[in-house]
Amino acid sequence: MTGKNAKILLQVRDLAATVVGVEILKGINLTVRAGEVHAIMGPNGSGKSTFAKVLAGHPAYSVTGGAVQFEGQDLFALAAEARARAGIFLGFQYPVEIPGVSNSAFMRLAYNTVQGARGKEELDPLEFDDHVREKMKLLDMNPGFLDRSVNDGFSGGEKKRNEILQMALLEPRLAILDETDSGLDIDALRVVAGGVNHLRSPDNAVVLVTHYQRLLNYIVPDYVHVMDDGRIIKTGGKELALELETRGYDWVVDEYKKVGAAV
Amino acid sequence: MSVSAGHPYVEALLQGSRGLPPSPLSWLNQRRAQALERANALTVPTTRDEEWRFTDLSPLTKMHFQPVQAAGALTLTLSDIEGMLVPEAGLRLVFVDGMFAPALSALDGLPAGMQFANFAQGFKVGAALAEKHLACHVGFDDNVFAALNTSYLRDGALITLAKGVVCAAPVHLLHIATQKEAASYPRCLLIAGSGSECMLIEDFVSLQDGAYLTNAVCEIVLEADARVRHVRLQRESLNAFHIANCAVVLEKDAVYQSHAVALGARISRHNLNVVQNGEGAEMKIDGLALISGRQLADTHTLMDHARPHGKSTQLHKCIAGGAAHAVFNGKVFVREGAQLTDSAQQSRNLLLSPKAHVDTKPQLEIFADDVKCAHGATVGQIDAEQLFYLKSRGLPEAQARNLLTYAFGAEIIDRIPVPSLVARLERTVLEQTQTGQQPS
Repeated sequence: MTGKNAKILLQVRDLAATVVGVEILKGINLTVRAGEVHAIMGPNGSGKSTFAKVLAGHPAYSVTGGAVQFEGQDLFALAAEARARAGIFLGFQYPVEIPGVSNSAFMRLAYNTVQGARGKEELDPLEFDDHVREKMKLLDMNPGFLDRSVNDGFSGGEKKRNEILQMALLEPRLAILDETDSGLDIDALRVVAGGVNHLRSPDNAVVLVTHYQRLLNYIVPDYVHVMDDGRIIKTGGKELALELETRGYDWVVDEYKKVGAAV
Repeated sequence: MSVSAGHPYVEALLQGSRGLPPSPLSWLNQRRAQALERANALTVPTTRDEEWRFTDLSPLTKMHFQPVQAAGALTLTLSDIEGMLVPEAGLRLVFVDGMFAPALSALDGLPAGMQFANFAQGFKVGAALAEKHLACHVGFDDNVFAALNTSYLRDGALITLAKGVVCAAPVHLLHIATQKEAASYPRCLLIAGSGSECMLIEDFVSLQDGAYLTNAVCEIVLEADARVRHVRLQRESLNAFHIANCAVVLEKDAVYQSHAVALGARISRHNLNVVQNGEGAEMKIDGLALISGRQLADTHTLMDHARPHGKSTQLHKCIAGGAAHAVFNGKVFVREGAQLTDSAQQSRNLLLSPKAHVDTKPQLEIFADDVKCAHGATVGQIDAEQLFYLKSRGLPEAQARNLLTYAFGAEIIDRIPVPSLVARLERTVLEQTQTGQQPS
């Protein structure tokens, strides 16, 4: 765990958001500092994935209240692509298949766009090929995936590895991984978690959205947050995840309601 | 010859054909005369004709046409057309405004048993074969454009392959438009003898951006077991009119594969009729129309299963931006007795702007009871989830849209087995989609 003096990367205040007019997020508060790992857990429908998508700028969601600062700038003033260039990365729960667009061409475009925006060197196709193959070793990925269309016909595990590969290339300041563990067998989980851990540094942070504690055995969080009904209702250390694993979520919800009733 | 008071537009076009010198071949003169008679009797279709419901030709009938000057074919040099050449195709026939340009053509190195020549040359050996097929497959009785083309029938490309001849490299048939307000009548006859194989690249380009009319007819005959690939690129000027009629006849176990790409012309119409005349014949038909601005591209196809065990697969895609209008009408006939036919047709359409428009009409007529016929049509926009995915990786909106548009077209383009054309078309798709977008 990092100290309170580490730089604040993400500051979320009273965030509210709707999808097709239905309020999903009802006032989220969260502070993420450089070097930290946060886990966001909670029952289905609690708003975890919505929170992740709102931060990345998904067009289906409307922000209706609150504010988010990313490294001191107003996140909602940035389009999705500008957020990516500023250093936000969303690992998709369901990575999108794009038949007809080659994985390597897509990743090179993304890499060079982000590099260019950061004033760093862009790579030509040959240089990029070497670079990406190096990163693929980290994830134990077959280079054959470069020649295929983006996520097209990939298995669930292959898609998740492809997400972490993109994370490795884009070197985000803040990676939001939305249920990256879902659909992974234990070996794939270990590889993917190893990749994420490898990419951690004192300068960046990771937000893990997950249902299950098992991912947190591999990527150890500094904070565990429980979401319910569009709010974070409890925050604890890594031991909270273990408690949730054995006791479920109901007790947290009950506890929150009692406090609410007392106030 | 009876000359009735025809449609003024048809009349104007026919002015030129009356002065044509007769051919030494009497059967050819006869066919021209018959076609002239039909052209006089017919009129330019309007949107009241079912076959032309979505395609309004009135801009064409308002146009003025000048007679074609022979100069174009004589003054162009190879350096003028360098950018149009296809490196994979060593053999090339070039027609400029419908006239044969020997200096631009490349005819050395023909495989034995194959002819690839203009009519004047080709008929020296191939007249009997031509007589059997020329103007016999694209009917002109009720098709004014085919009748006009046939009434003008003077020169064209003749491709014949004797039994078992395989031409490994593609042959390039290049039609270049250089004159404004001109009407040209490209003509092609390909006869693939039994067991023979070849690939024809039929290519329509322009060296000017004016209005003109290309009225093309192509007839392709595949004898038993023949295999023909037909790559057709329509890259006319954006002010041009392009009307094409193509008929393909397949004998037993023949395989015809077509890749037709329409990029140019203000109004284009491509009729492709494939008749399966022998058992077990197979047709694979791909089409792509990529249009923007005020372009209209109309593709009418007919896959006619007349014998048992036929197979047809078709994938037709339209990408329409701006206020463009794409039309697809895909007929599948399964005639009585054409049992065990296996046919699959897909029409997929991508609209890039709110004013773009597509009319797609699959049409199945089945008179046999033991067949498998599938068809489907979709019309959509750029997928919002795919767009977000690309943007979430930093790609700008316009680039992300271009990439997705490109990917939609790439499925057709990538199947063309000529790498230089694939590369050129991919570039065109990216450029064309970029110009259709707001700068980001």
